[in-house]
Amino acid sequence: MNRTLMWIIIGIVLAVDIIVNVPSRIQILGFDWHIRQGLDLQGGIEVLLEADLPAGQSISADSMNVASQVISSRVNALGVSEAVVQVSLPRRIVVELPGYNDPAEAVKLIQNTALLEFVETQYRLDANQSIVTDYLVGSETTPTTEGPSVSGTITPPTPTSTEAPFTPTLLPSATPGLSALLGTPQAASTPVPGTVYHTLMTGAMLKSASVGTDNANQPAVNFSLTADGAKIFADYTANHVGWFLAIVLDKNIISCPKVNEPIPGGSGQITGSFTVSEANQLAIWLSYGALPVPLKVIREQTIGPTLGQDSLRRSLIAGMIGLLAVVLFMLLYYRLPGALADLALLMYAVTSLTVYRLIPVTFSLPGIAGFILSVGMAVDANILIFERMKEELRGGKILRDAVDMGFSRAWPSIRDSNISTLITCGILVWFGGTFGASIVKGFAITLAAGVLVSMFTAIVVTRNLLHLALDRIDFSARHSWFGISDETQNSTGSAE
Amino acid sequence: MNIIGKRYWFFGLSLAVIIPGLIALALGGLKPSIDFTGGTVLEYQFSSGAAPSPDQVRTALASVTIDQTTQALGNIQVQTSGTDGVILHLQQVDQATITKIQAALETSFGTVTTISSDNVGAAVGSEVAQRAAGAVALAAFGIALYVWFAFRGLPHAFRYGLAAVTALVHDVLVLVGVAAILGLALGWEADALFLTAVLTVIGFSVHDTIVVFDRIRENQIKYRYVGFEKVVNHSIVQTLDRSINTTLTVLLTLLALSLFGGVTTRHFVIILLVGMASGAYSSIFNAAAILVVWENREWQNWFSRKKRSATA
Repeated sequence: MNRTLMWIIIGIVLAVDIIVNVPSRIQILGFDWHIRQGLDLQGGIEVLLEADLPAGQSISADSMNVASQVISSRVNALGVSEAVVQVSLPRRIVVELPGYNDPAEAVKLIQNTALLEFVETQYRLDANQSIVTDYLVGSETTPTTEGPSVSGTITPPTPTSTEAPFTPTLLPSATPGLSALLGTPQAASTPVPGTVYHTLMTGAMLKSASVGTDNANQPAVNFSLTADGAKIFADYTANHVGWFLAIVLDKNIISCPKVNEPIPGGSGQITGSFTVSEANQLAIWLSYGALPVPLKVIREQTIGPTLGQDSLRRSLIAGMIGLLAVVLFMLLYYRLPGALADLALLMYAVTSLTVYRLIPVTFSLPGIAGFILSVGMAVDANILIFERMKEELRGGKILRDAVDMGFSRAWPSIRDSNISTLITCGILVWFGGTFGASIVKGFAITLAAGVLVSMFTAIVVTRNLLHLALDRIDFSARHSWFGISDETQNSTGSAE
Repeated sequence: MNIIGKRYWFFGLSLAVIIPGLIALALGGLKPSIDFTGGTVLEYQFSSGAAPSPDQVRTALASVTIDQTTQALGNIQVQTSGTDGVILHLQQVDQATITKIQAALETSFGTVTTISSDNVGAAVGSEVAQRAAGAVALAAFGIALYVWFAFRGLPHAFRYGLAAVTALVHDVLVLVGVAAILGLALGWEADALFLTAVLTVIGFSVHDTIVVFDRIRENQIKYRYVGFEKVVNHSIVQTLDRSINTTLTVLLTLLALSLFGGVTTRHFVIILLVGMASGAYSSIFNAAAILVVWENREWQNWFSRKKRSATA
């Protein structure tokens, strides 16, 4: 191998190491643990969702991708940084929310289909009732705007004595004072069993939604409609004054305001007995649309932040102790080559970090174990080479030849054994990926990256360092520097 | 040093570890965690600083029902963790129910913090278990194929693949057995990380075995007229320094992790430690010995008494 070329490659790798690692925060002992941290380190939530459709029904990759985008927008709106939303075909989605600690809230936000419907009804319907409509989830048909024949059918609601304690209103945003007609008596307050209500339009017609407050200073959600939506809305309100419009989320009535007058502007407000966070959630749902397929949670994992930080600190200390033990062992047992292998090991540690950042690998506790384990493997290649070198020296080879023989003879063992580890890593990645065990996957990727980097540092870097040392200093009378006893030194000395 | 000559002693030592492990396994020592069975595990920390007793916790949760039903939570296993924490194992429930559980605990015992909660559907669990079995089988098969391929130039290359896999199965048996004993003694469970440890050990076990086999490959060419048994023994002795030193460095790092590392990975690291030690043992004392047994067709003598005692 051309040695100059090797030095150039080593130089490039070092340069990349420096560029990638140094400018950002240098933290504990030179390691920047602000590499993407897994959920087990910084705490957070991992949710595995599955399409909630019969097993036989095929689901297009497109609708899974759309679902994942919708979820992605929703969790971003939650303000979670570094959230991961991944489709695991054919019918699963993995959601990771690092640093977020309210599983109930998160699961609700992610999982709800959030199909908003504006449903025509002649009579007031109470909130929190479920309702059957003619719009079906999964069917792509947009409901038509043809209502029942309009003229002459509008009958004013029959007065009754019951009055709802709270009456939501649909207010044209331009004229927010029109709640004067609140409390209009109603004929029916629960959806009539067996009746299929007509959906005027769905949330797809919404242009935007945001949290606001209503007249009573209660949290509410303001929305504005697309041009098409505004037209449908204007037509309906013009023709159905005195009717009601049920606002339905996932077939559950949120509110049922009365149409007091035509609303042409294409914007309005949804009121109801919301808390601030409920209003927030609703606004997020409406902003990013409904999921194209219903989803159910099949696995949900939450890890509090305290557990992770404590474990991280301990594992780092343990890793440092382990690394130090290995460095000392190599130095004491193999002397000069050991010292050079230690240098290569340092470069290995830094280069692995570079690789983890570039891929990027999410670091978890098993990942740290994998990294520390691969330190042991990195040294293994050197041990194989050095043992071989010693054998060749004892066999009477001159030093320079012994070094070369050590590398070339140890190579098949290093190659074959590392390939077998890479095979198991591949299987682990496959195993971990299928059910959203990011921890298993993280461990395998960390280990595999470590194996590959270690083959470079243990072989290329150590070899070039050794040759550099051999070029500078005459070691022929100093075999003890190579951990060879005196008799061997003499016999090899005479062989030279 | 005659390692091969004492091969039946070393096989015996392996069995002395594996058989008690298998007995522990038969006694139900290896409890699968919710990763494989489905269920809910909740870990809470009590701000008051003192965890209530398991009975107090069960009483506090007696009236909690599964969300939107009137069903009770059923059997709840309560374990205390440290002085101020509890771990609850129960059937799989949804997030709304978990919220109710936390609320019930707070009503009875003051503020609690969620340390972790894990909630696995039964269907996912059994799927994971199936895939786990598949993953182990696939790894063993892939490695046998690779070793066969790597040693294809040698006579009976297939034997090398099979001997490597036998050593690997040995290590898996040791691991599973030790885990089962630890399960009986300390209540350890087999989770997804346990499986990760098993697969990692599989990779490493072969790692060591290949180094020995590789030397046999080389020596067979070098010492063409020496008997196979001697070549194998010589190869093992030649690679002994390397085997011991490598194992030492790996065990040093793992020992540091298990002594000083985080709690969550402690079981994982200890299982790895056992597996690495077993992997080194089987590579030195078992894998190559199997080649010799095969070469000599010794199983023909296993049941005839005089020859058997001669080899042992």
